[in-house]
Amino acid sequence: MDYFKKVWAIVWKDIRAEIRTKEIFSSMFIFSLLVLVIFNFSIDLLEVNPLDIAQGVLWIAFTFSGILGLNRSFLFEKENDCLQGLMLTPIDRSAIYLGKMLGNLIFMLIMEAIAVPIFVVLFNIGIYDKIISLAIVIFLGTLGFVTVGTLFSAMSVNIKAREVMLPILLFPIVVPLIIASVKSTGAILTGKPFDDIISWLKLIAVFDVVFLVVSFLSFEYIIEE
Amino acid sequence: MNSLSHKWRGDNEWIYYSPPIEGGEIRNVDFRMNYIIDCEKVSKSYGNISALRDVSLKLEKGSFLAIFGPNGAGKTTLLKILSNLVKPTSGVVKINGMSLHDEDGEIRKNIGVVSHNSFLYNNLTPYENLEFYGKMYDVPDLEKRIAEVIDEVGLTARMHDPVRTFSRGMMQRLSIARVLMPDPSIIYLDEPYTGLDQHAAMKLRDILKNLKKGDRTIIMITHNIERGLEVCTHVAIQVMGKIAYMEEIEKVDRDNFEAKYFKTVGEGHY
Repeated sequence: MDYFKKVWAIVWKDIRAEIRTKEIFSSMFIFSLLVLVIFNFSIDLLEVNPLDIAQGVLWIAFTFSGILGLNRSFLFEKENDCLQGLMLTPIDRSAIYLGKMLGNLIFMLIMEAIAVPIFVVLFNIGIYDKIISLAIVIFLGTLGFVTVGTLFSAMSVNIKAREVMLPILLFPIVVPLIIASVKSTGAILTGKPFDDIISWLKLIAVFDVVFLVVSFLSFEYIIEE
Repeated sequence: MNSLSHKWRGDNEWIYYSPPIEGGEIRNVDFRMNYIIDCEKVSKSYGNISALRDVSLKLEKGSFLAIFGPNGAGKTTLLKILSNLVKPTSGVVKINGMSLHDEDGEIRKNIGVVSHNSFLYNNLTPYENLEFYGKMYDVPDLEKRIAEVIDEVGLTARMHDPVRTFSRGMMQRLSIARVLMPDPSIIYLDEPYTGLDQHAAMKLRDILKNLKKGDRTIIMITHNIERGLEVCTHVAIQVMGKIAYMEEIEKVDRDNFEAKYFKTVGEGHY
């Protein structure tokens, strides 16, 4: 129980700092908004069926703005060497990973909760009867993304060109997850039956579990000097 | 008592003796002592670079060791190993009789580190920072303890201002409050005077003198010989990854220590 209290203390510390600075959320939200608007204006929606491209556009907005957030996540821990301060405390190092991962997940989910209604308006797509299944796919896809992203964010924080390195390291790993998320989002938006997306959902769930366990176990070695 | 002369170890104890006199006779064998910090033949290499070479260091409870040495001597690496941040390439480290890697969390509970970096979150207030670290250490009666330590370092009036508005000296004092909160039995200070003006340095010196009270064991790395000598019980000079000199403060000729330091550092072939 104490373990989870400490995990929550790390999450709350990040939320508290974010409420004060709004650095992570504002950069993620503005970027996702820009992606949606640019795609909306660059594609003639009278000639192209929005349902052919919307799911791809949505996940481009999520993943690229997510990278911005992940890049900043461990940067805060580098200020005044706070990560080292955290590593000196008697907590299990996996708690640091879980705390940072949950913080990133919350920030991304809030950004997505605001971006989705904007996406619906811009692309004129009705999702009222699909909200729950769409929310499940977005949640599972985002969970997998931040699970790996948090680990790679910790790895790249000491690298000078971290802004470049993080996407280069992260995207090849999350390609199956993004493909599965895009496919299942597309199936939901076009109103296909649940059976059509179950295989993609299974892939996302397996990805989430495997990388959550791997990241949880390997984080200690990743952050050690 | 010269800590470097002890040779034989029992389990969590050192049985030590005077060096054999001529003819090989051993005197005073039955003399036991516990060391709170006990590292033997510790080495650390980064690739081809040796940061530490066969360092052996034994400190009794309540000691205040000041380590002097030029940049790159491996002082910070030694502290990182003793605080369990870095694993040694070889050698054995025991803190209060516990092996560093066997009882990782238990050892870290008893260690506080003040570095030239404050480990404080700029966007949080001192109260929020201390509350966060207090939770990490399971500090009981946290609110009361925060008020105590923040008062001890004289920052009560600024308790709810963001840390980013603090001067370097205030950050350093708050950093000491952070370390004091779980009341660790061992404190490592890594160049705590770095970047402080005279006034802040004086204030820090007073706080460090208070840290000495009780049987807390302290190791301080500093380039400032004067400041180091005025608070320590033992001094050491580290050069090129080795402890080249270690002595009790009573046996040190303070007036000529600087010359001794430069002579030792200048030899540079340890």
